[in-house]
This record gives sequence, C-alpha cells and structure tokens, in this order.
Amino acid sequence: MALLEITGLKKAFGGLQALGGVDFHIDDLEIVSVIGPNGAGKTTFFNVISGLEVPDEGSIVFEEEEIGGLEPSEITERGIARTFQNVRLFPDMTVLENVMVAQHCRTHTGVWGALLNTPAFRREERAIEERAKEILGFFGTRLVGYRFGQPAYVLSYANRRRLEIARAMATMPKLLLLDEPTAGMNPKETEELTGLIKKLRDERGFTIIVIEHEMRVVRDVSDRVVVLDHGVKIAEGSYEEVSSNPDVIEAYLGRPAEAG
Amino acid sequence: MTARPATDVDWGRVRAWGLYGGLTMAFIAAIGMVESLDARMMVHPVLSLGYLFLLWAPPAFGYAAAYEPVKEGMAAPAKGARDLVAGAVAGLLAGAVFGLFIVVAATFDLREVFVKLSPVLVDLLTFGRGVGFGVATWIVLSTGLGLVGGLLHVLPERGRAAVFNALAAVFVVALLELAVVDVLETFRLEAVERFLYAPNGGITIPGAVVVALVAGFVTLRTTGGAVLRFRSRYAAMTGEERRRFGVRWGLVAIAGLVVFPMIVGGLTNELLANVGLFLLMALGLNLVVGYAGLLDLGYVAFFAVGAYTTALLTSPLSPTLKPMFRLDLLTVEGWVVMAIVIAVAALSGLVIGTPVIRLRGDYLAIVTLGFGEIVRILFLSDWLAPLFGGAQGIRNIPPGYLGPIKVAGTSPQTIFYVVTIFVGIAIYVAWRLYHSRIGRAWAALREDEDVAEAMGIDTTRMKLLAFVTGAILASFSGMIFAVKVGSVFPSSFKLIVSIIVLVIVIVGGMGSIPGVVIGAVVLIGVLGGPTQPGLLAEFGEFKLLLYGVLLVVMMLRRPEGLWPSVQRQRELHQEEFLQDAWLKTEAAQAAARGEAPS
Repeated sequence: MALLEITGLKKAFGGLQALGGVDFHIDDLEIVSVIGPNGAGKTTFFNVISGLEVPDEGSIVFEEEEIGGLEPSEITERGIARTFQNVRLFPDMTVLENVMVAQHCRTHTGVWGALLNTPAFRREERAIEERAKEILGFFGTRLVGYRFGQPAYVLSYANRRRLEIARAMATMPKLLLLDEPTAGMNPKETEELTGLIKKLRDERGFTIIVIEHEMRVVRDVSDRVVVLDHGVKIAEGSYEEVSSNPDVIEAYLGRPAEAG
Repeated sequence: MTARPATDVDWGRVRAWGLYGGLTMAFIAAIGMVESLDARMMVHPVLSLGYLFLLWAPPAFGYAAAYEPVKEGMAAPAKGARDLVAGAVAGLLAGAVFGLFIVVAATFDLREVFVKLSPVLVDLLTFGRGVGFGVATWIVLSTGLGLVGGLLHVLPERGRAAVFNALAAVFVVALLELAVVDVLETFRLEAVERFLYAPNGGITIPGAVVVALVAGFVTLRTTGGAVLRFRSRYAAMTGEERRRFGVRWGLVAIAGLVVFPMIVGGLTNELLANVGLFLLMALGLNLVVGYAGLLDLGYVAFFAVGAYTTALLTSPLSPTLKPMFRLDLLTVEGWVVMAIVIAVAALSGLVIGTPVIRLRGDYLAIVTLGFGEIVRILFLSDWLAPLFGGAQGIRNIPPGYLGPIKVAGTSPQTIFYVVTIFVGIAIYVAWRLYHSRIGRAWAALREDEDVAEAMGIDTTRMKLLAFVTGAILASFSGMIFAVKVGSVFPSSFKLIVSIIVLVIVIVGGMGSIPGVVIGAVVLIGVLGGPTQPGLLAEFGEFKLLLYGVLLVVMMLRRPEGLWPSVQRQRELHQEEFLQDAWLKTEAAQAAARGEAPS
C-alpha cells in the first residue's frame, strides 16, 4: 500500500481546470519530483493535498485514510507538512520561535498547564526548545547560535528557504511537500540543497514530493518524476524516461513547426 | 563657518507654520474651548486655562518655523539671528490670521453655523476693550511669543529642556490642583497649600515662580539621557540579575500600590479605581487584539455581560432571580457568584465568537461591532425587560465583601484594592499564556493565518480561546463595575467604551503589558473615561477631540505605542532593525573567527 494514493483529483477555479483528474501515488521513503511548465497546476496540487484548497472530485488517501476536505491543521497533524513557493515564514517571530511554533500539534499543554507553570509544562517547553535547536542544527551552522534570537525577516533568501524547511520538519511529518525549494538560490546553494534533500530522506526518514524547475536537482534527487501540464499528468517515470518523452518536450518547448 | 544673514530664512516654511498657527488658534476659539475653559484659573489672577489654550500656539509654531531639518550626513545648519526672525514672522502671521478671525467673529453673526462664536467669546478675545485693541494686542503678543519660540530654538538642548520642564511643571501643578491639595491635606501641609494656590483656584504667581525655578534648576543639574542609560544597563544584565531586579522593583511597586491609596483622598482613589477598571478590560482586549490579532470592536459586550450577571445574582431588585447571593470573595457563596460570572462570560464569548471567528480583518471588526451593539440593545429591549429591566436597568446592587471589609463605590479605596488584585491576576494570565505554546500559536496566527493553519495550528480553536479569555477578563471588570456603581443600565455599555479600551491598547502599545498599563493611566487617569472624569475634568466636553488628536499624533510619531512590545517594534521599524542586525551579525562572525571587533 502506498503512503499517499490520489485518484481522479479535480479542482477548478471558475472556468479554469487547474487539476483535471490526476492520479498519483508515492511509497514510503520515495522522492518524487513534480515538474511541468508554469500554470500546469503543480502548486494547486500541493494546496489540495495540504488542505488549503478543497478538491472538487477525487480521493486523497494518506495511510489508508481519506483526507480530502479536512482542515489543513488536521492534515498536518496526520503527518503531511509543506513549504511555500513564495517563502511564507512568520517574519516578526525569531528563527527559534518559527520552529518552536510548528511543534504545536505535537504538544499538548493547555491553558492550565501554562497558568500554573506545572512541571509537565516546563518539561514540555524545554523539550520544544531542544527539538527546535536540534532541527536547526540540521542545516549546519547557518541557523544556530546568534541566529536563534533574530527575527526571520533578517535572514538571507537562502536561509529563509532553509528555515521554512526546518519549520516543516518540526511538525514531525511523514510526508514532506517542498514547493520549489531552490528557487532564487545560486548554483552553490542549489547544489548544497540537493544533497540536503537526500539527507532528509536517508537520515530523517521523510518521504518527499518536490516541485522543482531546476532540472539538475530533479535529476539528482528523484526516484521518479511526474509531469503535469494543464492539470493533467502527461508522463511519469525515471528522469531519463521522462526527459526523452516527446509529450514532455512538446509541453515545455511547443510542437516543431513542420509537425503543426 | 560664516555667519548666516538674518534673512536667510526658509520663507515657505515660515508662511506655512504661521498660517497653521493662526488657524489652530481660530479653531480652538471657534469650538468653544477658550470660553468654557476660561472659568478655570491657572495662574491666579492673570492666566486662565482658556487663554492658555491660545497662547501655546505662537511659540510652538514659531519654533517649528525656525526648525531646519538636518540632512543625514550633513552638518547641522548654524543657528543665529535667522531663527529669531523666522519665529517672530511666523508669530506675526499667526497673530494676523487670528486677528482677522476676531474681526470676522465680531462683525458678522455666524452663530447659525458656529454656535460657539458668541459675543462673550468676542469679549474675551478683545479683552473687553473693542476690536481694534484686541486685534492689535493679539498681533503684538503673538509676534512676541513667536520670537520666544525662535529663541527656544537657538538655545542649546539643555537650556531648552530646562525652560520646557519649568513651564510644564507649572502647568501640571496648576492643572492637578485638586490631586495635589488632596495629598497636601493628608500630610497637614496647609501652609504649602496656601502658598501655592489662590483661594478660588489657580496657582499663585510666587508659587508659579518657585515651581518653575525648582523644575528648571533640577533639569539643569541632572544630566540627560537617564532613560537611555537605564536601558543599556538593563540590556547588559544577565537573566539572573534581571530576575532579581524585577523582583526587587516588583515588591517596591506593590508596596507603593498598597500605600498610595491611603495617602490620597477619595477623589484620587475614585480616579484610580476607574483606571483599574479600564486597565482590566484593556488587558483582556490586548490578548485578543495585541496577541492574537483579532480586531474586536464589540468588546464592551463582555463587560456588560459581567456587570449584568453580577447584578442579577446579587441585587434584591433583580427582576427574575430571587435567590440573592452575597458577593463575599472569602466565602463559598462569593466564589459561586464568580464562577457563574466566569461561566456566563465564557459562554457569551463562545456564542459571539463562533459565528464571527472565520471572518478576517475589517470584516471581523465590523461584525463584532454589530454584536456589541446587539448585546446592548438586547439589555435595553422591552422584550427582555422582565429579565433585565430594560431601560430601567437593575438597581440596588449590594456592595461586595472581603470577609469583614465592605467593598463599595462609597469607599473607592476598597474598589481600587480589589481591582488591583484582579489586574494582577490579568497580568499574570496574559504573561503566562504569552510565554507558552498558546502564545506562540497566537503570534503565528497574527502574522499569517493560512500558514499557521498549514503548520498544524488549529486556528479556530486558538481564536476562540483568545476570545473567551478576553471575555472573562472583561467580565471581571464588569463585575467590579456593577458593585462599584451599585446599578447597571444599558446606557453604560455603549460603543464608545469599546473604542476607548481599544485606544488604550493602541496608544500604550499593542501586545505589551507595561504599554497597556501606561495607556490606561494616561488616557483614563488623565483624560478620563467615557463618562468618568479624569484629572483634567475640565476637558470633559473636549475629551473625544483630545483622544482624536492623541491618536493622530501617536500614529504619525510613534505608531508602535508608548511602550511597545518587542515584536511590534520589529514590525514597524524593520529597516533600522535590519541594519542593526547586520552589524551584530558581522560582529558575531568576526568574533567566531577570533578577531577583535572593529
């Protein structure tokens, strides 16, 4: 049984069919890339999985449970976390707080614990902080030490992207959805992040779906590539298979003149 | 640097500020401030509060006209005779404009439109000696005062501070006559009182001179920047030192709160009790608006619910509930009342919150505003009159008790103590919640609701929690209000209460507990609540105008509030902070590389 099984997923915005019946599945510990030209429906695909959009039709089964139409927070609690294409951190909270707040659905102290300052509350607060620091340590020295107390908007663009991944990791998901993690990064940073995505799976045990435009990243990280165009899956397979698929080339580059 | 000729003046600036000055004076006269405040003597027998409201304008605008913006990276422009010229010309212009206003007011009958332009006002403005004399006097006076404004600009920083503080001290001592007399009488210092104040009100001229000299002298002797130095000292403290510092001054503050009401009289205590009531509400609203970012304009509803619940439970005249409770917080019965008040407030928070919680921003504000009015109208309605007494309200609410001590409006001191205890509870609750996972969730919610939801925060639940906690704190305030006043009427729970509580939070600093405390003291203590008089009781009529002026000035000059929260300051001063952070980052990296900071 696949970790995530999607069948016949449809989503329209007015007259625009963003997703026109997509079938998709991902197994445990797989890394699958979703590619496609602009406007292919990739981000809508993520939005529907993570609950920000409600699907019109089709089923989304995560660990043998239907999650289509649940609230985003409920889906996160079940173990799916995401990052955003246009980085959306909590800019005025500190780096550490950004990661601490993401552990919300994994912690439980309520109003009374906080008011009475119970030992259980204090223990949990300490654990939250420790965990946040440990997760930030995953990115080397970039987000640790004096960075903990800085507000997120101070960070460089690449560091914001890293922090966003850290925040998603802190929700302790099984499945991680990365929406263009290398957008806006320079070649060196891109290469580093490619390694990091692999490490996320190999060391941390996340299953990962990644939307990516940078083909070198797609080639290096993917076990499998899914190509969307106009909300429909037009190809699927290994990077080599997909990159030589005539439909895919047509979707990206258009049809050769003599064939039209 | 070569001396600048006295004519090297930015004439456009002078013209603009002179004009503003004259128009401001005309406005103040036209809305009736001069006439109605003339009754209040400030410096006996020469200066009334009404005239004072006109006389501050020429020096202030003269100063503004002389002011030259300093460009970054450039040397400050040299000061000299040109400042005096600019100030005097601006004053002359202001006087001319105001003179024109007097002529118009004296010649034409404009009372159809400007109801306050009465002959009495004209008489006041011309000193009862005819229009010609009045206009000439104002022009001369205004030019002279403008010159003083320019002169102030030439003075070095220190001297300016001394003059300003001397004047401010005289103003405050004269204005707070009642409170000062109150304290003096407690200590049996009638001699000081007779020296300072004239029998029919107003500070005496010798008194004014002494106060001004003392204040000016103290300013000159103390070195400036005390606040800044304190800040840097506090920033340098370690966590443990800070805690000890906090505990020490916390104890001093508590001792002060216990002792202070004893040495001041009933009037000041009444005032303090009102400050406490509004502070309690503001702390609750701060949870909702400042922490969770939900703009609630119907907050008065929960205040009303608390007051009405208390009234129904304790008043023998309550139309429905016959079993009458005694509100004694040291007995089980009192706690039952409290528990019911809390439960009803929480329930009303849920009932109002659930339907509106999905709305955002402006929509939420409008809908909560509507709910606030609905609650008031329900209490007022004939339909529910058998339950709540309609427009008659519920009267005869008995006093509360703390064991043998009676807590009633007739002794505002007891009300103040009780309200202080509840404010303490509210501060504790807000502080604990803020530094917990709930507070972090609220912060995330405020910054980006969608992302917060996507990061696993049940936003609906967290919003309701903020709403309900806020509602409970407001209901405490309502409970004490009912006991204090002894009766509740729907007219005590108008929209203006919500707005004033919100203004307290905004002016003080959203999301900042010390800010809210300062906001409540400044607004309710000094200006007064919607119906409660403040220290400046004379301004009653113009209270809302002053609130408006204060809000506009704050939004322009200090949008983060008087004592902002760290996050809010970051938000509104991102650029400065970015530079700062960049420098710190450089230093930290240099330190990491083992270099000395450059």
